[in-house]
Amino acid sequence: MVESIVSTGIAIGCIYALIGITYNVMFSASRVFSFTAGTLGMLGGVLGSLFIAHMGMPVAVGLLIVLIAGAVLGIITEIVAVRPVLKSLDQHLYVLSTLALALIVQQFTAIEWGTEARPFPRLFDIARGGFDQQFWLPMLACVAVIVGLELLYRYSLIGRAFLAISEDNYAARALGLPERNLRMASFALAGMIGTVAGFAGGEMLLAFFGNAPILTFYGFVPVALGGMGNNRGAVVAGLLLGLFQQAANFLVGGIFASVAVFTVFIIVLLVRPEGLAGATLQRRV
Amino acid sequence: MDAATKLRQNRANVFGSTSTFGAALPFLVLLLAGISFPLFGGGYWGVIATRACVYWVLVSGLNLVVGFAGQIAIGWVALLTLGAYTTSVLAAGNVTPEFPPYLALTIAAVVGAMFGLIIGLPALRLRTFYFAITTLGFATIVTQVALAWQSVTGGGVGVPGPIFPEPFASQWGFYYFCFGLAAICTWMTANLAASRFGRALTAIRDAEVAAEASGISKPALLVPVFLFSGAVAAVSGGLFASLQSYITPDAFTLDLSVLFFIAILIGGRGSILGPVLGTILLTVLPELAAPLVAWSTFLYAVLLLVIVLAIPGGIAELLDFKNRRPLASSRAIIPRPDLLKQLLDVPRDAGALTLEQVALSFGGVKAIDGLDLEIRAGQVHGLIGPNGSGKTTILNVISGYYVQQHGTVRLNGAALPVLARHRRAHMRIARTFQTPRIVGSASVLENVMIGGTIDGKGTFVESLLSLPRYRRDETTLRATAALALVAVGLERLAQVRADRLQHSELRFTEIARALTLRPAFLLLDEPAAGLSAEEIERLGALLLAIAGAGTGVLVVEHHPDLIFDICHHVTVLNLGKLLAAGTPAEIRSHREVVNAYLGG
Repeated sequence: MVESIVSTGIAIGCIYALIGITYNVMFSASRVFSFTAGTLGMLGGVLGSLFIAHMGMPVAVGLLIVLIAGAVLGIITEIVAVRPVLKSLDQHLYVLSTLALALIVQQFTAIEWGTEARPFPRLFDIARGGFDQQFWLPMLACVAVIVGLELLYRYSLIGRAFLAISEDNYAARALGLPERNLRMASFALAGMIGTVAGFAGGEMLLAFFGNAPILTFYGFVPVALGGMGNNRGAVVAGLLLGLFQQAANFLVGGIFASVAVFTVFIIVLLVRPEGLAGATLQRRV
Repeated sequence: MDAATKLRQNRANVFGSTSTFGAALPFLVLLLAGISFPLFGGGYWGVIATRACVYWVLVSGLNLVVGFAGQIAIGWVALLTLGAYTTSVLAAGNVTPEFPPYLALTIAAVVGAMFGLIIGLPALRLRTFYFAITTLGFATIVTQVALAWQSVTGGGVGVPGPIFPEPFASQWGFYYFCFGLAAICTWMTANLAASRFGRALTAIRDAEVAAEASGISKPALLVPVFLFSGAVAAVSGGLFASLQSYITPDAFTLDLSVLFFIAILIGGRGSILGPVLGTILLTVLPELAAPLVAWSTFLYAVLLLVIVLAIPGGIAELLDFKNRRPLASSRAIIPRPDLLKQLLDVPRDAGALTLEQVALSFGGVKAIDGLDLEIRAGQVHGLIGPNGSGKTTILNVISGYYVQQHGTVRLNGAALPVLARHRRAHMRIARTFQTPRIVGSASVLENVMIGGTIDGKGTFVESLLSLPRYRRDETTLRATAALALVAVGLERLAQVRADRLQHSELRFTEIARALTLRPAFLLLDEPAAGLSAEEIERLGALLLAIAGAGTGVLVVEHHPDLIFDICHHVTVLNLGKLLAAGTPAEIRSHREVVNAYLGG
């Protein structure tokens, strides 16, 4: 039993962490949280199922197209819902515009794909059992993304430009960095990470349009608790969230598990609004 | 006709209530249309109309949270669900003894109020997106609980909704019941919107710092709003359950929440009429063409995106013809300093505001380094010094934004509590800001009235119900604010939206707002910045008159001419330390000041 809690918990936790990183990558580039993070996760599952199970594409091709779709949605998010409202960040219009875009995608999926949860194909043709691929795939995806991001940020020029933009937008622009293109690239990257989360976790979450708001919420928990823009914090908090949720699921049952997660989330946030890591106080007057 | 009568008449024209009827007209039309609706529509349209009324009961309350207070609460459907289940379960009597439907609905309202508070409270601590997400989480969880708690909610099978007894049992009977409640909610929220609470809510939304400085406490203001909003949402849920006649968790999707939320934004923030129209529009729209039903949420979302990007003001802004009339291009601000005696003619225990050895450093930078300062009632005190010498920091310590690490700030001998920003207004300390903090969507008069918020006596409930005390508050407050506007010379712009004003006019608006508090001490942060030479001269006369009426004035400025013209006492700072203090004449000839700051 403990084994099942741990493996499910870590796998789910990895998906939450990946959605959290999706939020973070968009946030670092634009200082904006986007409601489309969970939608991307949902699309990863739905499109994966569509391309592989329904259209019979090979897994690799399916994954590639899913990634491209995620990148495209990321770019669309930047152009349609983020760029026009960046000028007036203090009015928080981005909350509304990204919410609108997320709903548009979600509803379109509900109508075209259906409102029933459909199965996600097994990606590797190996026998079920023990430590199954539905558990290790999300973990693998999570590790791959973290390593990939680290390499990108440390060793590539574009990665350093990302960091520069997120550290100090004005200074980066003054140095001549193409801020707008970098932001679009960041959103494309975030789109890919989000869909990877849904794709790798497809077997657990199924191809279901209703995953969007759930992932949007549970994926934000690691961001809020781990600190905005802090990917390591997001991974730790995501794993804790997944384990806690599964343990609560086992101990007190399904409904109260969600209630427990929510209660803990609210309490932690009320005590530490800046998350468990880091605190900043900005000048207001 | 003597001058006073003339002035009063003139003021009546400018601030008069001629527009009240015009503002009420659309509501009267809606009321008549609603009452006579059964004569025209029938059958299915009756259901749609009832549904619109049920939704509006919820949206009216949510409008205060989203439209006025600016809190992005997207999961309000949770309260609808809660109200629907509470009413239905109590009325059906499958767990408790059977309750009469009205009692069940009342209990649901109480439960809804409590949960409205629980969902809403995080807004006091969390930032916008965080709060939006927590309400979203709440909505998801309530539906899950409804699905899983089978012994009470019937799980996926559901429970029958309550049936309200005669005369509200028939279709039209129930319609009139819902319409009546919707009308009452409209009336109550419109009352509140026009009260000091309504103005305080928009101030918190658009100019939180100025709201605090005017004595508005965010928690004290938002708690009753969440209670009210939760209660009406739960009542709406009870009605919704009755209209559906049978409820399952499927009925409460996030789509509904989106509908409520978008109805407000389409209608326009800070408006009552706009969201009414928005609710009607969104309820009716999908019914006009059957194929649209499946696409309704999709369309709402598209509409939301378009509204946010193209017309953030919503329907209300489109209907606001008054503010599209061009303003006179050459308009001068002519203050009437002679009126200040009348305005500030209230007993204030004005003695002195003193700083004793106040020190504050940020990291290694000593912003203020052991400073003594005394601002006396009835005098203008100038605070000058180069950039970064700690002038604004001193203002922020006095008004509670920073906590000094050493020393004390005293008002008439008693130490000011640290960080209690909204308490400053209760001690009659008012201030203005370097960048004017104004509610752009409110009229100039309304902005100025915000300054007098703490002088209102009527409670939140009295405002909702338009009881006499609330009406008296409004009359006095309007009169004080109007007088302050005349005094600073902006009376002709009283009804204009504040975001249409020029920079200098915004500065004088802030002064008028501060004067409406009838302050014992007035702190001004660079009031002359951006003003023309003529305006600076008038500002100087105004400030002198304010001091003449007994108020202690502290001016942080960069214009030496203004400072030397009007100040009784000048303090010069450099790097957080006192460089010199004395009369303007002494300062002007002070060698170090001339070297460090004035230039010689």
